[in-house]
Amino acid sequence: MSDTAAPASYVREQIIAERPAPPSTVGAVGWARTNLFSSPFNTVLTILAAAFIVWCLVPVIRFTIVDAVWTGDDRAACAQATGACWAYVKAYLPQFIYGRYPIPERWRVDIVFLLLVLMLVPMLIPRVPWKRLNAILLLTAYPLAAFVLLTGGGLGYRGSFLPAEIVAPGPLRFAIEFALVAGAVLLAMGFVSWLTGSPAAQSGSGIAVVIGGLAVVFLVTGFDFGLVPVETSNWGGLLVTLVVAVTGMVASLPLAVGLALGRRSSMPVVRTASIAFIEFWRGVPLITVLFMASVMLPLFLPDGVTFDKLLRALVGVALFEAAYLAEVIRGGLQAIPRGQYEGAMALGLGFWQRMRLVILPQALRLVIPGIVGSFISLFKDTTLVAIIGLFDLLGQIQASANDAKWASPVTGITGYIFAAMVFWAFCFAMSRYAAFTERRLDRGRRR
Amino acid sequence: MKKLIASIVAGAAMVAGASAAGAGTLEDVKARGVLQCGVNPSLIGFGAPDEKGEWSGLDVDFCRAVASAIFNDPTKVKFVPLNAKERFTALQSGEIDLLSRNTTWTMSRDSSLGLMFAGVTYYDGQGFMVRKSLGVSSALELSGAKVCTQTGTTTELNLADYFRSHNMPYEVVAFEKNEEVLQAYEAGRCDAYTTDASGLYAERLKLQSPDEHMILPEIISKEPLGPAVRQGDDKWFTVVKWTLFALLNAEELGLTKANIDEKKTSDNPEIKRFVGVEGDFGSAIGLTNDWAYNVIKDVGNYGELFDANVGPSTKLGIARGLNNLWSKGGIQYAPPIR
Repeated sequence: MSDTAAPASYVREQIIAERPAPPSTVGAVGWARTNLFSSPFNTVLTILAAAFIVWCLVPVIRFTIVDAVWTGDDRAACAQATGACWAYVKAYLPQFIYGRYPIPERWRVDIVFLLLVLMLVPMLIPRVPWKRLNAILLLTAYPLAAFVLLTGGGLGYRGSFLPAEIVAPGPLRFAIEFALVAGAVLLAMGFVSWLTGSPAAQSGSGIAVVIGGLAVVFLVTGFDFGLVPVETSNWGGLLVTLVVAVTGMVASLPLAVGLALGRRSSMPVVRTASIAFIEFWRGVPLITVLFMASVMLPLFLPDGVTFDKLLRALVGVALFEAAYLAEVIRGGLQAIPRGQYEGAMALGLGFWQRMRLVILPQALRLVIPGIVGSFISLFKDTTLVAIIGLFDLLGQIQASANDAKWASPVTGITGYIFAAMVFWAFCFAMSRYAAFTERRLDRGRRR
Repeated sequence: MKKLIASIVAGAAMVAGASAAGAGTLEDVKARGVLQCGVNPSLIGFGAPDEKGEWSGLDVDFCRAVASAIFNDPTKVKFVPLNAKERFTALQSGEIDLLSRNTTWTMSRDSSLGLMFAGVTYYDGQGFMVRKSLGVSSALELSGAKVCTQTGTTTELNLADYFRSHNMPYEVVAFEKNEEVLQAYEAGRCDAYTTDASGLYAERLKLQSPDEHMILPEIISKEPLGPAVRQGDDKWFTVVKWTLFALLNAEELGLTKANIDEKKTSDNPEIKRFVGVEGDFGSAIGLTNDWAYNVIKDVGNYGELFDANVGPSTKLGIARGLNNLWSKGGIQYAPPIR
């Protein structure tokens, strides 16, 4: 049949060449039509929004760029200005970054910043190998190096409880005391395990690792590297902001995981203690925690014993943040189906293995938005340390705006704009990275 | 984890505890080799670091003077920036040896806070700032004026007292924050701006053209600002007190940073006692006999400090007024060294 049939005259033999889409649906015009002016209501909304943007953006641009003063040596340059006084930011920029950290010693802070970037950036890029080594270095070696570089190290422990007649105060006495305490702890562990009849081999080695780690920490911090000591009261600006934020984040996360697990534990003492801790810290505002640490705590300590103010703030921030994070992580733990726990158990995994290999990876992935939300709010909360006399970026800017050399009507506003830009850059970067991680880890569930 | 925290705390305590209180503050300071001085971190003219991080101001210089008296070295001071809330605890807990931070000497502070005030470094008080164009030369001409101030401070109460006692009507325009008050004043929402006079001079600097504004001569409250120490350490109290007296006496005797070396050989018995050539006044308070000479040589006399930090030639431009010596129309008066 087919060989006889001539092609029907009404069947076209060539494919019609593609014609361009109607001009009104492609390009900028088309995009605008479909997205901005698709209906009368949308059109009105678009026009209103555009008007609003112009209305608020124009003065901002005028103030920050067009009318701004970029150069000058003192307030004379900015006193009559109607725009931002960037000359002041320029003059004060080193102080915004380092605070009153001694100028000849600032290279140490630079190294700390550089090390952070060098260790953090590969950590954040998924493709770079050696994640485990990287993480271990970032969480152990880096804080130690940063501590020694920033404070100058050389704490020179002298020991405290052995009488001076036996060993003279000095590093030797400290080492002996440390060995004594470590031995006592290990002995006590052994005794307890003998009493209860349970093998303590595992926890014994765990404790030994902690004691060894502490010994290394004391050795490094006690060693005199010949660096000039820099008091934390001289730290300031971005340095303090980052120290408080990063320490808060790093220290609070493991604590929070422990608390979250503790709150879901079946052991009443552990559970009650975790709940009490979490509810206590969530029941008070951060400003109270800081105030307590800074003003009340010294009153309870014996005469003449004072902690470093920054240390007090760091401990307060970390504990406070841990309580909030613990609840976020508990949410993640609760979202894991019971089958996952049972499946892990069926494999014969112990509690910690179950958590480490099966439950926590899933739970933490689920709550990335919550964790990052907490971190971002922590980053912003660091500004509260200003009330206890620590100069974070914002505090430093506020203090400098009072300098007689630069005081002018626009100085303060310029400082605040600068602070806003820096904080926005950090917070936005964090949120974008979290979104990226979320998408990456979510691949298995997307359809 | 607990162990770890406990060890860290113990370690930190060991470091911090190195300066634990012993015999007395003076001995502690000498042993430590540095004076810990609590100062205001952001008050122009009284205590503030500049863009290089160098501290300057009247209160700051007083710390340096005390360090000179003890060590003959004004750089042996560690400045501890403190805000108003933590200043007293910092002193009580031993975080600082001396509080030199525009603190008003009041009876309640003297009696119940465990402090002792070593004297008055600056007689402050509430004043008024107005535009020169207003044509007012006295606060008594402010009848019916709108006055800008901060809410919930004693400033507002003093204001009410002053206007009521002079039978003048007025209107308060109050704001939560200092910056808002200043903005309102600049925008012309009120005729006068009231707060402590030293604050007025500092705030004036932030106006577009400071020269168009003036501070009226009336001071309507007493705010004597001075350094404070912990109660119960008489020896230390005496050192701080006499450092201040030395600054004042030096100005009265005409001793300055520049001329003290040549005046050292003067025959004037008062100067002889001052520089330590005659008598044992220094060792009587636990210092060297040339302590006062060192103070003046290193930092200058009270008048020099005033002029350098807040005086008419500085940006603040505060007139000596009450802070002039008693012999020149002010009320600064120091007991003699004899």
